[in-house]
Amino acid sequence: MNSELLNEFTFFILAIFVGIEVISKVPTILHTPLMSGTNAIHGIILVGAIVIAAGASSPLTIALGLVAVILATTNVVGGFVVTDRMLEMFKGRQAAKPPASK
Amino acid sequence: MNLLIALAYLIAAVLFILGLKQLSSPKGARNGNFTAAAGMVIAIGATIPLLHFTTTGLIVIVIGVLIGGAIGTFGARMVKMTAIPQMVALFNGVGGGAAALVAVSELLTFGSHPPFAEAFPSVFSIVIGSISFAGSMVAFAKLQELMTGTPITYPGQQVVNGLIAAAIIGFVIAVLAIASVPFSFVGLMVLALVLGVAFVLPIGGADMPVVISLLNAFTGLAVAASGFTLNNFALIVAGTLVGASGSLLTKLMSDAMGRSLGNVLFGAFGQVKTGAAAVAGKETRSVRAGNAEDLATLLAYSRRVIIVPGYGLAVAQAQHAVRELAELLEKRGVEVNYAIHPVAGRMPGHMNVLLAEANVPYEQLKEMDEINGEFKDADVALVVGANDVVNPAARSSPGSPIYGMPILNADQAKNIVFMKRSMRPGFAGIDNDLLYDSKTIMFFGDAKDSLTKLVNAVKAA
Repeated sequence: MNSELLNEFTFFILAIFVGIEVISKVPTILHTPLMSGTNAIHGIILVGAIVIAAGASSPLTIALGLVAVILATTNVVGGFVVTDRMLEMFKGRQAAKPPASK
Repeated sequence: MNLLIALAYLIAAVLFILGLKQLSSPKGARNGNFTAAAGMVIAIGATIPLLHFTTTGLIVIVIGVLIGGAIGTFGARMVKMTAIPQMVALFNGVGGGAAALVAVSELLTFGSHPPFAEAFPSVFSIVIGSISFAGSMVAFAKLQELMTGTPITYPGQQVVNGLIAAAIIGFVIAVLAIASVPFSFVGLMVLALVLGVAFVLPIGGADMPVVISLLNAFTGLAVAASGFTLNNFALIVAGTLVGASGSLLTKLMSDAMGRSLGNVLFGAFGQVKTGAAAVAGKETRSVRAGNAEDLATLLAYSRRVIIVPGYGLAVAQAQHAVRELAELLEKRGVEVNYAIHPVAGRMPGHMNVLLAEANVPYEQLKEMDEINGEFKDADVALVVGANDVVNPAARSSPGSPIYGMPILNADQAKNIVFMKRSMRPGFAGIDNDLLYDSKTIMFFGDAKDSLTKLVNAVKAA
């Protein structure tokens, strides 16, 4: 095992603990937005898609790169926008509080 | 230059973690989403200078980003609030697909004998990413009602799924130990796609949120694995964060439904007959149906009314009508509350979002634990388009697929009014004894029409 792999493995293990710790107190009503938000974050695969598409030359690699970039961008953009739409509703609810309690 | 990139990835990772933290509290949730998005922009922006683009490569990326950006924006903007759960499934699935394709592409560059440290994560990413893609598409189809939401089971299903899984493991060993040829990736992907479909088919539509959350965690892990292949820290950290938090979230969601994850995923096996027999045996019982005037009188002269909203209310776009009814009743001195089941709608928190959209005051939305003790003092439990979440079978019949799920105690109210389109069973596909209860009055019709009729009748009462 070389030192770069060991470094990567260290990050991997630490990220597991952080990922579990950081959301451990989430209330039920935020389950859906949180799922959708994490869904957008794994759209980071776009970075990987760009890396493989950058050097594409043969028809096969061009096709793979193109499809990967399209899918990953859909994941990132759609994920963040749909999460924002959900959370917009939560904000609206607080703004609507004073007039509704007349 | 590499130092700058490493620094940018570090900043992105911190922003992702802060974003997740904010997303798990109601106050900062929306900012959390922006924080995470900023992290994403930084991570992608920092990657660009690192690369040597071919002209073709650049064109491919630009076209891909434009198309994907358009699909993502259009899909997320145009989708109705009621259809958001299946949209999340779709966006999750494409991420899994992208991870698998990145891994395939990378594996191709290694020739027929890739080093183990690269080959293993690539193969992992191909399998898990493909399962996530195919599984998410089935979840989408079930929620969109392109296919039946009831579990699809057949004899020997577990054996078949087990064989597919075994074949995948065999393929993985072949690729790692013997030789990696393009044909073997295709075989691996096809098998993993089949397993993804086979894995989600026997799971009922009502359990889809848990499945989507699990597949979301899968995609995170596939992305992390691709990060190991590409030696990219941003992918490893972000993917692992999602894999870990998604796994915990999956557990929290199944806990909220009072079920173990194993029961959600594999509970449908062997229950086909019980379900069918139960439905068949109950067809002949009679129900009591009421008209708008009777119900209006009942409601207007009650002291306490608890509204139980369900997915039927959302589909009929009746959120505004139900708020209007509640306001009318309050003017007459009736105390009105809403009982929100954790999985009301199609996902945890879905119903809160829909009612908030209709300006229902937040303090009237009561969570299950808070309101369950109050049903026995309520004059009327008004169930609008909900079914499974008030089904007493969850408490009383161990054979039922929803047995053990915590339910709202609507059956303890003095009167129960059910607004339903028909006697059709709910999303879980099981009959509800409460519909036949002597305290229950049925009010058939579209939830919005029925509520409008009721509003007019209350005005006249």
